[in-house]
Amino acid sequence: MNLLSTITGDRRDEWRERASAERRLLPQGQLSGPMPWVIAIMIGLTVVASACGLALRNTAHVASADVAGGVTVQIVNGAPRERDRQAQAALAAVQAAPGIASARLVPQKELDALVEPWLGTTASDDVNALPVPALIDVRLAGTADKAAVAMLRQRIAPAAPDARIDAQASWLNPVFEAIGALQWLAGGLIALLAFATVATVLLASRNALSNHRGTIEIVHMLGGTDAQIARIFQRSMAVDAAAGGIGGLLLGVVTTGLLARQFAALGSGMMTAGGLGWTDWLVICCIPVGGVLLAVLTARLSVLHALKGML
Amino acid sequence: MSQNEDAEIVHFDNVGLRYGTEKEVLTDVSFTLYSGRFYFLTGASGAGKTSMLKLLYLAQRPSRGLIRMFGTDAITLPRDRLPGFRRRLGVVFQDFRLVPHLSAFDNVALPLRVAGVPERDIIKPVTDMLEWVELGDRSHARPATLSGGEQQRVAIARAVIGRPDMLVADEPTGNVDPDMAIKLLRLFEALNRLGTTVVVATHDVHLLRKVPDSLIMRLDKGRLSDPTGALRYPPRRTVAAQRPELLLR
Repeated sequence: MNLLSTITGDRRDEWRERASAERRLLPQGQLSGPMPWVIAIMIGLTVVASACGLALRNTAHVASADVAGGVTVQIVNGAPRERDRQAQAALAAVQAAPGIASARLVPQKELDALVEPWLGTTASDDVNALPVPALIDVRLAGTADKAAVAMLRQRIAPAAPDARIDAQASWLNPVFEAIGALQWLAGGLIALLAFATVATVLLASRNALSNHRGTIEIVHMLGGTDAQIARIFQRSMAVDAAAGGIGGLLLGVVTTGLLARQFAALGSGMMTAGGLGWTDWLVICCIPVGGVLLAVLTARLSVLHALKGML
Repeated sequence: MSQNEDAEIVHFDNVGLRYGTEKEVLTDVSFTLYSGRFYFLTGASGAGKTSMLKLLYLAQRPSRGLIRMFGTDAITLPRDRLPGFRRRLGVVFQDFRLVPHLSAFDNVALPLRVAGVPERDIIKPVTDMLEWVELGDRSHARPATLSGGEQQRVAIARAVIGRPDMLVADEPTGNVDPDMAIKLLRLFEALNRLGTTVVVATHDVHLLRKVPDSLIMRLDKGRLSDPTGALRYPPRRTVAAQRPELLLR
């Protein structure tokens, strides 16, 4: 163990010494130029786009799980007595059917709460005069696919001829499609931001190479290798990107937090379902690391490519 | 003369060099340099001395001909092997080419750092070298604050600090006073005695007389004039003894 620590310690010292010696070869304009700020903005935007993408994914996941086995039976009949009779008969038929996890008649109180935003609740609103359908909320053990819905329709129809049976997922399909499109949009934004970061680093590297061309030629003439010179630029870029990455992460997290508060205030079940879990936060925290790696790799490749043009 | 001293270190065969579509600045240059010798490259201004040195320190590839260095074809040498060759060379550039943001100390230490010499092994030799070129008290000064002569001495110290196999110097005494010029020549001679091949380009004919055992290459409008034939074939003591008038002393 001691031997191992001695060896790793020696290696670390050697690496530090080499890094220190190489740092002196070129002036290190660390944290002084616009690069950390540009990277901070890129990372901040990437964090926000990723957080939105992940929240949308969570929303779709939770909503999909909620409605996957959900079937709604509506009894659409204007006569209250007949409506209630058919509702009870339909409930009994559903409960007798195979593959049913649960089935319940939605109480009148809940129905009133559902229509309250549109019809009101005060006596003068005369809400009872409107024929609101009776609802049966059914949960299947499996997925509410076409066969399952057809089976239910077959069993309910004789007992409740005014019943309309719909899989809940079919109502939400347009929402899922919209969420899917937004997720693609978030992915596209992340790809564009990564591309913009690469382009920025490329320009910065070329600019730095051009500024230090004289020194690089001297280092070359003294036997300096391309890898040595590339390492100097890599280190400089890594420091800039790390500073920008941390700043961008903070910016992105704060923005995401503010957005989350705004959406949470809506009080919609779907919005609260889009909360970020610890794995999501882990992914978000990895974004600056990815940004630094991308910047360093871009700097290395662009510098090595440019150096190939020199003898 | 030892066996090692007769070893060929550089061989040029019908080398020509042109920049772009201009006419050749070097034409049909053929010679051989041997290990451990002291060579002067002389000629009028514009004769092609600097171009020839550029070929010698691998900053330029020839337009035609063959160059062999340290026993290897330098023209087809893969790019990744160039640094290894360059570390065997010490170069004093005519325009010094000091790194402006580095101190005199760091400029002299540059070849050692590039070669990966540990920092603890750098301080003493660099300090000693700076003392030797009488710049011990200016070790922290940046090139911009040094005089022309001081910059030249830093450039020379940087070229010799790594004990190169071959030292190539372009007008190394051009900006220093006569006493310092002699002192620098003595440094080159001392290095030469340790086995380093020295090639000094100069148009100062007085300098040629200061190193008695030196050989002289004379460039005239891009062509090498070689009256003694000493450069094509290993010069023997007898040649110098029998025809001393052919060697400029």
